[in-house]
Amino acid sequence: MSALYIARATQVAARSLDGEMMIMSAKDSTLFTLNPVATLIWQSADGHTPLAQIVEQKVCAEFDVAMDEALEDAEKFVSDLAAHGILLASDAPFGSATATQEGAR
Amino acid sequence: MVEHVLGDPATIGFLPANDAASRPPYPEIRQRGTVMVEVVTAADQQVIIEIGNMPVLVRSESPEFLRMLMDRYSGFVSAEGRADFEIDVDLVPPGQITDEEDVAVRFVHGRWIIERGDLRAEWEAETRRARIVQSANSYSIDTALRILHSLILAREGGLLVHAASAVRNGRAFLFSGVSGAGKTTISRLAPPDTKLLTDEISYVRRDGASYVAYGTPFAGELAEPGENMRAPLAALYLLEKGPANTVAQVSQSEAVRRLLENVLFFANDSELVGLVFESACELARSVPVYRLTFYPDERVWELIA
Repeated sequence: MSALYIARATQVAARSLDGEMMIMSAKDSTLFTLNPVATLIWQSADGHTPLAQIVEQKVCAEFDVAMDEALEDAEKFVSDLAAHGILLASDAPFGSATATQEGAR
Repeated sequence: MVEHVLGDPATIGFLPANDAASRPPYPEIRQRGTVMVEVVTAADQQVIIEIGNMPVLVRSESPEFLRMLMDRYSGFVSAEGRADFEIDVDLVPPGQITDEEDVAVRFVHGRWIIERGDLRAEWEAETRRARIVQSANSYSIDTALRILHSLILAREGGLLVHAASAVRNGRAFLFSGVSGAGKTTISRLAPPDTKLLTDEISYVRRDGASYVAYGTPFAGELAEPGENMRAPLAALYLLEKGPANTVAQVSQSEAVRRLLENVLFFANDSELVGLVFESACELARSVPVYRLTFYPDERVWELIA
């Protein structure tokens, strides 16, 4: 399975309130509230760190969870947010010539 | 973020033509000293409707239509003065004007286009001038005005909210909730020293680091315009009916979620949607927000402070 790269979409507004990350899709006016794990993934979505690396080095380091379980959850979360145009997902780092995006726009 | 229909449409009827023989004698309006009607002459083809410290000049060739507006926006109108925006109203016979069932708002080539079956409005953002095509009723222009204000407020950090609001001891309180949550009920229960700003649509503007609530003529079941006044916003209450009167502060994130459910915003515009979200977050950060569960009796007002 090839690596999955994620980046935050530009057409969103995000705010952290009371430790909860709230994200508004400007595209369809949908409001999302992220739990701490999802917030960690969102904040790490820099476009060039593979999702598996984010899960291993951030999520598994901070939460008591097995890598396989955390990665499965993360992929589902990314898929959900990509469907709403909140996150962009690609099989190559963003900014590279071979990046194929799914999700926003 | 759903538009709600306010009040009853007050339509000027187009009366059926009578036979000349059965027509009543023409009443001399100016000599009927007991009739409390302000006469708008042909030279006064405009009224200024000022809501939220934002005067909007409305121009029409129909004196009857202007009289209707003066009645509908009573307390918020003047015949002259400065205006920040101008609207020309082109009156057409009643009938379907556009194919849009629900209100649709979009930005095209520097103009906001507002459409619903009963109206079509174009507002040029740069010149601050708009033209509305509608029949002679206040329901259509009411919608256009609310949308105009919501678009302007979005850029200024303000909000139109489905909420009753009232002023007591110089401080304003908002009571937000969907239809049936109790906006009109809590307005009716207000103590005598309370000034009601509205029982349906609250108008909130930023004022430095704080917020100010203004009275609006947008009424719900009370069917009465609010007081035309302003006061600093002291608290927002999220209304819920329940078996007892209780109040509890909610988290900022919960406040934003609930507030956004009750914000009036119509435009399919990603930039403004982002700004409305930011405004809701700022308001939740700056103003205490409580869940107010209330049993409908006047003692609930003992919890408002």
